[in-house]
Order: sequence, then structure tokens, then C-alpha cells
Amino acid sequence: MSFKHKHLLGIAPLSAEEIMLILETADSFKEVSGREIKKVPALRGKTVVNLFFEPSTRTRTSFELAAKRLSADVINFSPSNSSVVKGETLLDTARNIEAMQADLIVLRHPAAGAAETLARGVKSSVINAGDGWHEHPTQALLDLYTLREKKRDFKGLRVAIVGDVAHSRVARSNILALTKVGADVRVVGPRTMMPYGIERLGVRLYDKLDEGLRGVDVIMMLRLQLERQGRALFPTIREYSRLYGLTAERLKLAEAGALVMHPGPINRGVEIAPDVADSFSSVILDQVTNGVAVRMGILYLLSGANG
Amino acid sequence: MTILIKGGQVVDPGRVNGPADVLIENGKIAAVGPKLKAPADAKVIDATGKVVTPGFIDLHVHFREPGFEYKETIQSGTAAAVAGGFTSVCCMPNTSPVNDNQSITEFILEKARAAGNANVFPVGAITKGSEGKELAEIGDLRRAGCVAISDDGLPVMNSLVMRRAMEYAIAFDVPVVDHCEDLHLSEGGCMNEGLVSTQLGLPGVPAAAEDVMVARNLALAELTGARLHLAHLSTAGSVRMVRDAKTRGIKVTAEACPHHFMLTEEAVCGYNTHAKMNPPLRTGADVQAIKDGLRDGTIDVIATDHAPHASQEKQQEFAAAPNGIVGLETAWPLTLTLVEEGVLSLEAAVAKLTTEPAKAFGLKKGTLAPGADADVVISDLHEGWEVDPACFRSKSRNTPFAGWKVKGRVTTTIVGGRVVYEA
Amino acid sequence: MIAHDKKHEKLIMDAGEVTRALTRIAHEILERNKGTRELALVGIRTGGVHLAHRLVKRIHEIEHTKVPIGELDITLYRDDLALRKEQPILKTTKVPFNISDLKVVLVDDVLFTGRTIRAAMDGLMDLGRPAEIQLAVLVDRGHRQLPIKATYIGKNIPTAGDEVVQVFLEESGEEDRVVIRQGGSS
Repeated sequence: MSFKHKHLLGIAPLSAEEIMLILETADSFKEVSGREIKKVPALRGKTVVNLFFEPSTRTRTSFELAAKRLSADVINFSPSNSSVVKGETLLDTARNIEAMQADLIVLRHPAAGAAETLARGVKSSVINAGDGWHEHPTQALLDLYTLREKKRDFKGLRVAIVGDVAHSRVARSNILALTKVGADVRVVGPRTMMPYGIERLGVRLYDKLDEGLRGVDVIMMLRLQLERQGRALFPTIREYSRLYGLTAERLKLAEAGALVMHPGPINRGVEIAPDVADSFSSVILDQVTNGVAVRMGILYLLSGANG
Repeated sequence: MTILIKGGQVVDPGRVNGPADVLIENGKIAAVGPKLKAPADAKVIDATGKVVTPGFIDLHVHFREPGFEYKETIQSGTAAAVAGGFTSVCCMPNTSPVNDNQSITEFILEKARAAGNANVFPVGAITKGSEGKELAEIGDLRRAGCVAISDDGLPVMNSLVMRRAMEYAIAFDVPVVDHCEDLHLSEGGCMNEGLVSTQLGLPGVPAAAEDVMVARNLALAELTGARLHLAHLSTAGSVRMVRDAKTRGIKVTAEACPHHFMLTEEAVCGYNTHAKMNPPLRTGADVQAIKDGLRDGTIDVIATDHAPHASQEKQQEFAAAPNGIVGLETAWPLTLTLVEEGVLSLEAAVAKLTTEPAKAFGLKKGTLAPGADADVVISDLHEGWEVDPACFRSKSRNTPFAGWKVKGRVTTTIVGGRVVYEA
Repeated sequence: MIAHDKKHEKLIMDAGEVTRALTRIAHEILERNKGTRELALVGIRTGGVHLAHRLVKRIHEIEHTKVPIGELDITLYRDDLALRKEQPILKTTKVPFNISDLKVVLVDDVLFTGRTIRAAMDGLMDLGRPAEIQLAVLVDRGHRQLPIKATYIGKNIPTAGDEVVQVFLEESGEEDRVVIRQGGSS
């Protein structure tokens, strides 16, 4: 099979086969990243633009490294708030970039749907690196890649996603990806943080952490956005971490050898107790390596001649 | 000038529904009846195969002048109105500056006179600057020509201020129009809170945000005995409460817009900003409730909430795009789909656009009774056409109905006995 | 997979001829390189991989030494990636040893335009700095578009540009043979 999409706007438009194709393609690039010369000429002469309207060192650096290892030229654009104040819209900025003959644009933006809006207005391929609460497809794909390495089979894999699901694009993308490949997904958190009708996406909802963790193979902790405290979503950080924080005792409720994942950065002592955080730090490093491989795979698959 | 409209089917709700001629003299309806005779120098309009109705009345439009003339002016807005068969429109005060005083009202009326298209009846603000704190000079606004008061665009959040506005308005016999939205519940939302907003990752506005304010307004209307008019209802809950309030004799009239009986929240999929408005498109169950409300008279009036915005404003990411769509030039064929579906008879549909709005706002319009102003619309109900925003008379093109194949077209619009639009 | 319609094939090498050619190439490799010291074989995916394994086995039978073997996927080095609408599927490269300072014999089934070999050489260079690169092919069918020459050749077959040369091997469930087909599908 081949990858027929022009953009990667989310997990929603992908089939299970396409997801597996991306993961298999990433295998080749993980091998490249293990060489002495970590470069292949596959995207030589192509220009990749990182257009990040939200600050993000990790994701941006990961894409930059991925593009450079494919021999592409990379430009980083972080429009400051002032250009938006001056009235330059997303599409204006994008057209300026297109005029530089960008082949691929990696976009992170605070508004849901921004990647789709951009894709409609430019000729380049667009990769969504996070649009508001909507999706962060490359994060979900790298999470799946890590799971594939550690757990092999997705079918029936019990995964608990814990935290502020309503405001998490990582959660949405992971829910979509995991259900497509046959995993058994549940979401755990206070109801104030669960979006309307989340069960209709094929997941089970738990508002008590102990019940939600029972027998799971994978625990994905979401970051609690502390700045949200003022908006009546939860009373205090103290109460949140007591009810929904992952501690060593709670970890025992899960299956032996359960994997703990976190998209980072971790609020130690809030979502995860410090001792638990330290014990699984190795998975986080894996996620960084895998992130570059997965993003190289996506850049490669999207870089066909644009019609 | 004398005009004779010959051979059409006249639908004048409550008066005539059948083949008849209409004779217009000196800007008034002179006679309606079969085989009328006209003087030799009369203009004869052949309405064979067409339907002749009173000119439509839209109780809810936004004309953007003064302040946002790049989106629409009173001239372009009234041109759009008559192209859609609307001979009278009520324009909301959320201009810049807000129409909360006599000078702005007079400015609007003067611009409307100069344009010479549809009649414009301004709606004045309830509070100064529509800030929701102090009452505007409602008496003055009435005297200057306002026919209703509203802070539309915004609700009056403070219930005490709303109570006082209702009590005060009784003396001037103007209805108080509220845009029912609890701003705390709707905070940050840009579409209906539901399965689609969850899938798209967009912040949602729950139906409760509207229901809560409808309930409050009905309670205040009961307390004060004022005339309450509820703008653009969109939820099943609102319809249910208004139905109940009417049985208890509360003086409330309600309005619904074509997009709330034609589209659901699914129209937003793909982040379509032409499906972004306030109140938002809701679920299929809400659409059915609106239709039921129109059928049983709970909802008295169809209005457009015509809200022009420039193309580049709508071309932004969804959260940044402004709310609203234009509606004057598509309202009639969309209303006719309700007739086709059997929700309304043709006469009832015409009433929702003529006699009912006139009654709600106390306008001496919306009828073809002899002696009435000669505001008449002739339509071909069988003519199919495709909605092409490039052909709109409005300055703006923001409609979700672009490319739709619809049936029913206005062929002639007459205001005060003058032909102001011909297809 | 296309149906193998033997009626439209012209047989160029049968199973016996394939075996003899590989045996001869194995001897030539040993002769030229004076044994197996610092020697390695790398099969080009997919046509050259099985042949490389067979050569390693034959060399082992002769010299009783196991020569290191790798498998090289040249997809990322193709010169036509920018021209294709959809990117070709990647297969992985497995060269589990350092090729620097070794004499690397690239192995492929059919040598045609030379572009695959050019890409393979670029791929090898990214893995290290070999002392020498040599090339063994089962069939050389001419029509070079780049200045590339094979060091070891099983058989020279003159062909027309639109003809297709196919190598079938036991490892893929077919009888060993080399055939020519008329132009069109491949």
C-alpha cells in the first residue's frame, strides 16, 4: 500500500493500515538515527518550515532534527504576538512562507482547526504539530511506536488516559489512534475535564482513579495545565493530585509491568509522585528518539511530488 | 403611479388566499380582487403563475452602519433586503457607535430614506452603549423612530437591569428583545457543545446557556407584564418554555432563523466558518423542535439575523472568525422548504414573514388590505436557482448555502408603490 | 504479483546455468581478493539479497570461512524520489558490521541503467568508508545511463530497451531461472 494523503492534519483521517505503515516506515529511520552518519538524502533540496505560534522547544527541535536528517533545509518561524496584533492573519503569514517555496509546513497553533484552515489556503503539505485542543497526531504516532516496541500487540491492550482529556490534543489523538488499532481505551478524570459525549468515541469513562487503573497495561498521564486552575475545573492542585495523582500504591492496581507514559513536561508531585516519575524516566528518553524517527517517517511519506 | 398586478395567486394571510389582482395607487393598496380594471397609463405587471404577497418584514438584521461600513451599509443592506423580498427591516443597534440615542437613530433613518430601497425601522439599545448597566434613553429612542429595544449581540446579563428595562418600556409600548445567552456558560465557546465540538476540539456553548436566559426572561416578563420578544431561538428547551409561557398568558413572541431550521452542528465539520454564528447551530432534535414550534405557533416569526462579515474575516481559523451569516437573499426559498415538507402551509409561511412580525413589533405593515402601504412581493415558487454569493446585492458573501439548489425566487419587489427590485 | 505466464517468456538461464554462474562468481571473488580477508558482501534489496546469501554459502563451502553479509535498502537514495507522487515503501537496511576499510562486494540480480548501483554506493558511503567497492551481478543487460561497470558478471544479455529481464529464485517460491519478456508490464 502507499500513503495517499497530502497532509497530516490528524489521526481521524487515517486508517489502521496507514497508521501501521507510518510505524513501519519509522523503523527504517530509527536505523538511520543509529548510524555514524545520521543523514539520508531523501528530502534533499526540499524546504521544511516550522511555523510555531505556540512556544515548544521539544516538538520543534524534534521536527527540525527529523528534517535535517533527511537532508532538507529547515526554517523556524515563531511569529511573535505582535505580528498577530498588527493584523497579520494565519493565512497571510502562511502565504509569505509559501512564497519561499516551502514544500512542507509544520504548524502548531492555539486554535483548533488551524492546520486544516492552513492546508486549504496553501499549496504546501501541512503537518499538524498541535492545533488547540483538537489533535497532535505525531505525538500519538510516537506514543504508539513506543508501545509497539514495548508491548508488541495493540489488540486488546488496555490503556488508561488520565487527566484533563477535554483540553488535551494528545488525549484526543491517542484515543483515536489506539481505538483504530484495536486497543481498549478508558479515560479517567474529574467530569469537569471530560468533553461532551467522550464515550461515543469508543472509550469508557471513570471518575475514580483506582477503578480506572485496575488491570490496565498502559497508563498515559496527561499534564495538568496549572494555569487552568482559575476556571472552576478543579478546586485546588492539592485535591487534584490526591484524587488523580499517580503514586506507587496506585501503580500496583495496574497489571504487573504496566507501562507509564507522559507527553511531558511532568508536573512532579501533581500528576505523578516523584518516585514514580524517576522510575520510568527511561521511557521518556525512548520517546524522544522515537519522536525523531516517527517524524522522519511522516516527512518522508508526505514528500512526494505535489500535484 | 398606478400599478396593476394581474393574474397572480394572492396570499394575504387572514384575508385573501386565491387568484386575484392587486391595484396600487399613490403608494397604497387600492383594491384586491378578481379581474380588476386599471387606467390606461397604469403599469401592468403580469403575475401569471406567480404568488403575490405582502412585502416581507425582517425583525432582525445587522446593517453595520455607522462604524463597519466595509461589511455592509444601509444602502447595500436594504438593496439585499428587497432582492430577498423584504420591504421592511428592523436593524439592530450594535453599530459603532451603538444606537442608544436619537442622533444615531435619525442618521439611520436618513440613510434609509436616501437609499430608497426597503423601509428601515431601527431597534434602539436597552442600555447605554449596550454595556448592560444603565438604561438608554428609551423614550427618546421611541420618539426618534425606534420600534423596539435590544442590546442584541449581547444579552442583558444583570437581571435587575432587565427587569427595570421591561417595566420602563411598557410606557412606550415597545417590545424588549433579548439575545438569550448566559455569557458565563457560553464563555470561550464557538459552536454547540456536543459530539461534534468534542471531535473537532472546539470549545462549546451548551444549549443550557440559552435555556437559562429564556427562563429568566420569561419569569421577568411574567413579573412585569412587559412585551418580551425572544430573538433567534435555537434550542428545544427554549421552544418548550415559550410554549408553556404562552399558555399561561405571558406576553412573549419568539423568532427563529432559517439556519436554525435548515442546518445542524454537523455543518461545522471541516471548521467551516460559514457555519459559525451565535446562537450556534444545534442538534437534529433542536432543529425538529424549532420546526414543531413554527408549526404550532410557539415561534411567531421567521427573521434572518442577517450578519454580514468581510471575506478575510471569515477566512481565519475557526475560533478567530466572527459570528454570523448573511440571510436576506436566501430566507424566502429556505422558508419555502418548510412548506414543501408540510411543516407550514403557504399562507402560514407567508404569515411568519408578514402579519406575525408586524404584530410582534406593532408595525402597520405586512398586509394587502385596501389603504395599507403598497409593499408587495411577487415570487415564482417554481423557479429553481443556485445560490451564488457572487450575485448577492449585499456587500458580504458569508453564507453556508453557497451552491445550494433552491426553489422559489422573488421576481418583483414594490415598496410604497414603487418597483425597487426586479429579478 | 503478476501471473507467471511461461508462454510469453524466453528462457535465458535455467536452474543449472544460474548455479554454475554463481559458483564461478564465488571463485572469481576469492581469486581477485586473494581469499576472504577484509571481505564483505552486501545484497541490494530486493533482487540481490538472496543471491548474496547464496554467494556467502558458496564461499563458505570453498574456503570454510563465513564472510560478513549485509542487506541494503536503497530507496532513500533513489534519484527519482522528488518526481514520484507517492513515496515508495521503505524496507530496512541491515548491515550489522562496520564497513570501513573492508572490500565490499555489492550484489544485485540485474544491472541495467546503473542508477540502482549509484544509489547503493551513496548508501554504502553513509555507512562508512570501504577500502573498495566491487559489484557482482547475475545478469548485465546493457543500456547503461551512468558510467558504472560490474566487476563480476554471471551472463551478458543484449536486450532491447523495452524488454524486461526477470530473475526468479527458489527462495521466493519459483524455479531458478532468468527470462526475458516483451515490453509493457513488469
